[in-house]
Amino acid sequence: MSRAILVNVIRFLILVFMQVFLLKNITFYNLSTPYLYILFILLLPFEVPNILLFVLSFLLGLTIDAFYDTPGLHAAACVVLALVRILFISITVQKDGFDNEPEPTLSIMGFRWFFTYALVLTLFHHFFLLNLEVFSFSEIQYTLSRVVLSSIFTVFLMLISGLLFFRKKERK
Amino acid sequence: MRNLLIFITKYNAFFLFLIFEISSLLIYVKYNSFQKATFINSTNKVTGTLYTQVSQFYGYLSLKEVNDSLARENAQLRGMLKSALYVDTVEKHKVVDTSYKQQYTYIVARVVNNSTNKRSNYITINRGSKEGIAKDMGVICGSGVVGMVVDVSEHLAIVQSVLNKNTRFSAMLANNKEIGSFIWGADLDPKKGLLTDIQNDAQPKLGEQVVTSGYSLFPTGIPFGKISNLHAKGGGLLLNVDVTLAVDFSKLEYVYVVNNKFAQEQTGLEAGQKKNE
Repeated sequence: MSRAILVNVIRFLILVFMQVFLLKNITFYNLSTPYLYILFILLLPFEVPNILLFVLSFLLGLTIDAFYDTPGLHAAACVVLALVRILFISITVQKDGFDNEPEPTLSIMGFRWFFTYALVLTLFHHFFLLNLEVFSFSEIQYTLSRVVLSSIFTVFLMLISGLLFFRKKERK
Repeated sequence: MRNLLIFITKYNAFFLFLIFEISSLLIYVKYNSFQKATFINSTNKVTGTLYTQVSQFYGYLSLKEVNDSLARENAQLRGMLKSALYVDTVEKHKVVDTSYKQQYTYIVARVVNNSTNKRSNYITINRGSKEGIAKDMGVICGSGVVGMVVDVSEHLAIVQSVLNKNTRFSAMLANNKEIGSFIWGADLDPKKGLLTDIQNDAQPKLGEQVVTSGYSLFPTGIPFGKISNLHAKGGGLLLNVDVTLAVDFSKLEYVYVVNNKFAQEQTGLEAGQKKNE
């Protein structure tokens, strides 16, 4: 249990640092910008209670907002992401099947499940984030293309980091 | 009552979602206008120090380019020195010239945080109210206009750059002095601006310089960029032209904050005039 907390705190710090000092400066043609920091919410253990999940998402969003100078924007998108995560997991995963609190990582859940999981959640998050930032429907086509291209970039980075920290199948 | 509690605990995810979503949207809507910024921005202690540290590190990576641009600017300034001019009269007596007074002074500052890929881009610089920076001062760099100061703390200040949907500066064509206003281009391109509302009988040429008009925070003649397309979209009765920006915002390192010594006098005078009407 205490190990899980430690791992997640370190993950939080590393992802926030990467996002604000490295990924913030990366963009392709002003269309594709990665928001890798949401990986923190994706990788929280299955057992995390709903209230804690929402509080953590909210805090993560506010932390990113403090560096991006957009109070509330990332927080709102992250809270949407938390809800989608709860719904997605309740639909696709039977919770009773696990012992010793596994995490939804690539190495435990397998490629197919993790890929759909990451893709769906990222699409929801980016859709809310970018639309909320623009706050008008007049440029919807441009915004949607930004959503799709940014999501591809983000999911790509997620899969790479998943493979980087790949451990041999823990579940038998 | 019990049924209500059971209902709430059963769908707790949804209710928690409502609470947090509403509170974050409230924050977003309430503090969206930047002038009312809260502690959640990059001038506060923690994020400010972090950005300053990291930018010091980044500074080493671009030393060469900074040196080049400073050397170029030095050469340009040297050319303006009296000693560089050829005097064709043989007068010897000295005149104490009192007809000129310093109107603009410049404060040099380093960029510690910068973005170019959002709808509203801001730059954080490492000079604040202690060094004499105040709200609404203009900011320029060696190659052209950068933006305007919108928020100041003790050691840092936030500049709303030209790459911002809310930015609008008075500008003119360099050759025939036709006035228009300068905004950021249509599709969030960090290299393009738009000069709007020029009179139709003005005849702008491709490659002509667009410069500050002197009606705004800047001295006259600071370049915005060069005209790249004469027939921009929109405009209606008046003329719009596309402009390629002179400043490369992604490589901004050092900027100058323009301190107009007459600014206070001017705004006071104009405010008084408005009151009289």
